[in-house]
Amino acid sequence: MQVFILETSVFSGEVKYLQVIDENGNADPARFPNDIDDAKIAEMYKNMLYARAFDAKVLSLQRQGRAVTYAPLLGEEATQIGSASAMRKDDLFVPAFRQHGVYIVRGIPLEYMFIYWRGYEEGNAYPKNVGGTPIAVPVATQMPHAAGLAFAQRYAGKDAVVVAYVGDGGTSEGDFYEAMNFAGVWRAPLVIIIENNEWAISVPRKNQTASQTLAQKAFAAGIPCVQVDGNDVVAVYKATKEAIENAKYGPTVIECMTYRMGIHTTADDPTKYRPDADVEIWKARDPILRIRKYLEAKGLWNDELDKKTLDEHAKAIDAAVEKAEQFKEDPTVMFKHVYSFVPQVLQNELDDALKNNFWQGEEGGE
Amino acid sequence: MQINMVTALNSALELGMRENENVVLLGEDIGRDGGVFRVTDGLMDKFGEKRVIDTPLAESGIMGTAIGMAIGGLHPVPEAQFAGFMFLGFSQLVNHAARYRSRSRSTIQLPMVVRTPVSGGVRTLEHHSESPETYYAHMGGLIVVEPSTPYDAKGLMIKALRMNDPVIFLEPTKLYRLFKQEVPDEAYEVPIGKASVVREGSALTIVTYGTMVPVVKDVVAKKNLDAEIIDLRTINPLDEDAILASVKKTGRVVIAHEASLSFGVGAEISARIAEKAIFELDAPIVRVGSPSMPYPFPGYEKFYVPNALKVSQAIDKVMEA
Ligand SMILES: Cc1ncc(C[n+]2csc(CCOP(=O)(O)OP(=O)(O)O)c2C)c(N)n1
Ligand SMILES: [Mg+2]
Repeated sequence: MQVFILETSVFSGEVKYLQVIDENGNADPARFPNDIDDAKIAEMYKNMLYARAFDAKVLSLQRQGRAVTYAPLLGEEATQIGSASAMRKDDLFVPAFRQHGVYIVRGIPLEYMFIYWRGYEEGNAYPKNVGGTPIAVPVATQMPHAAGLAFAQRYAGKDAVVVAYVGDGGTSEGDFYEAMNFAGVWRAPLVIIIENNEWAISVPRKNQTASQTLAQKAFAAGIPCVQVDGNDVVAVYKATKEAIENAKYGPTVIECMTYRMGIHTTADDPTKYRPDADVEIWKARDPILRIRKYLEAKGLWNDELDKKTLDEHAKAIDAAVEKAEQFKEDPTVMFKHVYSFVPQVLQNELDDALKNNFWQGEEGGE
Repeated sequence: MQINMVTALNSALELGMRENENVVLLGEDIGRDGGVFRVTDGLMDKFGEKRVIDTPLAESGIMGTAIGMAIGGLHPVPEAQFAGFMFLGFSQLVNHAARYRSRSRSTIQLPMVVRTPVSGGVRTLEHHSESPETYYAHMGGLIVVEPSTPYDAKGLMIKALRMNDPVIFLEPTKLYRLFKQEVPDEAYEVPIGKASVVREGSALTIVTYGTMVPVVKDVVAKKNLDAEIIDLRTINPLDEDAILASVKKTGRVVIAHEASLSFGVGAEISARIAEKAIFELDAPIVRVGSPSMPYPFPGYEKFYVPNALKVSQAIDKVMEA
């Protein structure tokens, strides 16, 4: 339906789409980023494998009752690894709850992630130099933090840029719009990655918004935007890199078109709402497969290298799991991190709990 | 039929929708998926997408549009997927749902039932185990109910769907499938604003609700105590009469809830007893609750959520005083 045909146009927008390496591993030379070499692509490839191996490990731990409810990243490796690989040393990231690949690239010691997924706050107490905020479970609530964090970088005279992640579902929350709007007004050094995996639990992208793209939501905040093939690690890298370089002039929104190939979380049953055939289509677009093809065609990768890499990852992951399992819970710690001091009321509650061994006896427990 | 709380709620919603064509359900994943706990399972097939609405992911939008629907003559049942996420719609509930009636001198009424799973003990991620009753009860203008049995869940839901007020309907996750109970197939009401005496006794009064009800019942059974157990069922408006009547009979009181102790429902009850029946008491009141801090990650919850031993000890303390 056309409306207001005769009126003068005061705004029109256009969303561009970027793909560099297609499903078959063919690179588009015109779009190939000039600051990237094959070594970097191989490194990103390895990190995608690493992220997938980590994912599989937590899933198997969860199935054995050794991890809590977990949101796997399967299928979304390129979006996470490509964007995180474009970050500079001092840049900061603000994840949602599925961005395990970003943590891996940023160098969080893996045992912290395993402690987190065992269900302990101590998993969030990783070294400061990792430069990220903890997982934010309430959808999109992390986005205003990202805008404020970006403001604080500028305020302190730093040139660090904040890269924030939100899902397609998350773009429906007020916090998402408010964060974009603040960042736009402040021209804050912020890059927003919309990890559009087509699903928000059971709700498909098309029912999330009547908007044709998610990227175009940036227009309303006066922010430049782009849509990229989120399963093409090089395209994601390129778009993020450009946005980071541009961050001194203000924020950018990057919509990465990817796909949640697995379950929403370990508590979810997608057969209730999604035909398996849909997933099959996306298997052909697997972000890892196409880079493997690209590297193999150039003679830079083979089965032997693949096996060696997988073995290395498996060893590192197993070592981290072992470390994490050595972590011993200490319930007194809960009382010491509520405020910068321990108020009397809390101290009394702690004393009482200690006197009673936290009521962990015959009649108590779970 | 013997059914659990999930089935009881599902049945109540279905009956409510059949009874009143203006009842519509809205929320995240409540339709096609049937809700993450399956409380609304099958209702989209039965009533169509017009009455069972899978919304975009936005709690302020869910609560706010539900208010608009109620103003427009519907009886919406908005769902927050977990109580921790209902806080994103908190402004709509406390700034509008709680006040529309008083601000319009009842010319505008908001018949709506806001559903959300509450409380912990089931090893979930952060924000999935909140016990937020105090926030909603404190305001005034919002009815707050929290059943602890399948029978009460169904009866309270039917009643809520027939009222002309905004009802915050808190469903303890841990009790959803904990046990089954004989529940009539047809519609019946459980009164709102009336506590239930789940066990009569004269040695002491234990006031509780939600996840702590089965814990308290177990402890009392094991101790072979002549305790009177009151399940509030409705938190606001509080059934003060039922509490005071029991206190006058027993002279000893334990109040147990899962929410943290400070400024909680237990504090309110304890204050009312102190104001109106302090000379009836033979011992100081003892409250049982969680420590005064946010709900921890699942690894620590067993040290946080009050358990049978803690309740048992509180009872001993009151009995020995
Ligand atoms: C505010 C809020 N509402 C509801 C939920 C429950 N929930 C967890 S993830 C999710 C879907 C998120 O979808 P999306 O933003 O697309 O991210 P994805 O899960 O696909 O990574 C929902 C509804 C939540 N965590 N936070
Ligand atoms: Mg999504």
